[in-house]
Amino acid sequence: MVDKPWDGPVGRRDERWVDEAAGPVVRPYAISRGRTKPRGEPLDLVTILAGTGQEPPMRVRLSPEEHRLLDLCQRRPCTVADLASDLNLPLGVVRVLAGDLVHQGMLEIRRQRPVTARPDQRLLQKVLDDLKAL
Amino acid sequence: MTSRLSDVEFSPVQDGPREALKILVAGGFGAGKTTLVGAVSEIRPLRTEENLTAAGARVDDLGGIETKTATTVAMDFGRITFPDGIALYLFGTPGQERFWFMWDELAYGAIGAVVLADTRRLTASFAAIDYFEQRSTPFVVAVNCFDGAAKHEVEEIREALDVDAAVPIVLCDVRERESAKHVLVTLVAHALSLSASGLS
Repeated sequence: MVDKPWDGPVGRRDERWVDEAAGPVVRPYAISRGRTKPRGEPLDLVTILAGTGQEPPMRVRLSPEEHRLLDLCQRRPCTVADLASDLNLPLGVVRVLAGDLVHQGMLEIRRQRPVTARPDQRLLQKVLDDLKAL
Repeated sequence: MTSRLSDVEFSPVQDGPREALKILVAGGFGAGKTTLVGAVSEIRPLRTEENLTAAGARVDDLGGIETKTATTVAMDFGRITFPDGIALYLFGTPGQERFWFMWDELAYGAIGAVVLADTRRLTASFAAIDYFEQRSTPFVVAVNCFDGAAKHEVEEIREALDVDAAVPIVLCDVRERESAKHVLVTLVAHALSLSASGLS
């Protein structure tokens, strides 16, 4: 086989989970196929991700974790922190999976400002009013 | 693929957050970080797999464990979703020094930080205060007044902690929702005034 896709699922096993409390038996980064560095733009804990509704590219088969991630973001936009918590996956793994899905056009980043920029005064005022009304 | 019918059932109410913002909650072990977060928001668990620093590897007893390069850091966070679509996330910073590398990422783009101080162990908050001062991150000091803990004057505490007169110091009881809310209001108001004066 020549032209092998870079991220085809290899040897997936269904018996990976013991039970809810025990968590995955495999090392977390096995889910991300050993990769620890996400591709593309840095994803902050509060970066909002939304599903684009696009079909996976040809020859790309999504893992169960990617399916679950996409499913959540397709229902409504989610932050990276919420995804890690909802999927019960380590943050680093979620970043790798989400980075791939963004790259493949199935997820999009909804962010109005750069990761390192502090919120502007207009936004701070809104949060202040919101908190007071809580 | 799921059926298209299910898409129709989703209402605009479930549009998800339009904006998501962070606040850090720092402080020594047992200062009440999780209690504060839980008083104002729903607490959610988060796992992160991180490489141990050289310093951490020395501290950690990993005898018998094959993989010595990574460790799982469990942390809690809180989320408050406001009706206007803004979601406010409260992240407790991992207390141990070996997890400090995570603070930068938590602090990037954050509104600011709450440094929880315990009057019985004021020194435990020095490191956090230094960190936020050096990075010009807006912060407030919240002094958790436990039952029976000696009441201290704010100015006494300010002197002991050596924080700038402009930094708000609030006495609070992190178990009380209104008190915890007041701490957050104080922080956001402080961040706003710094931003307005061009200091942040």
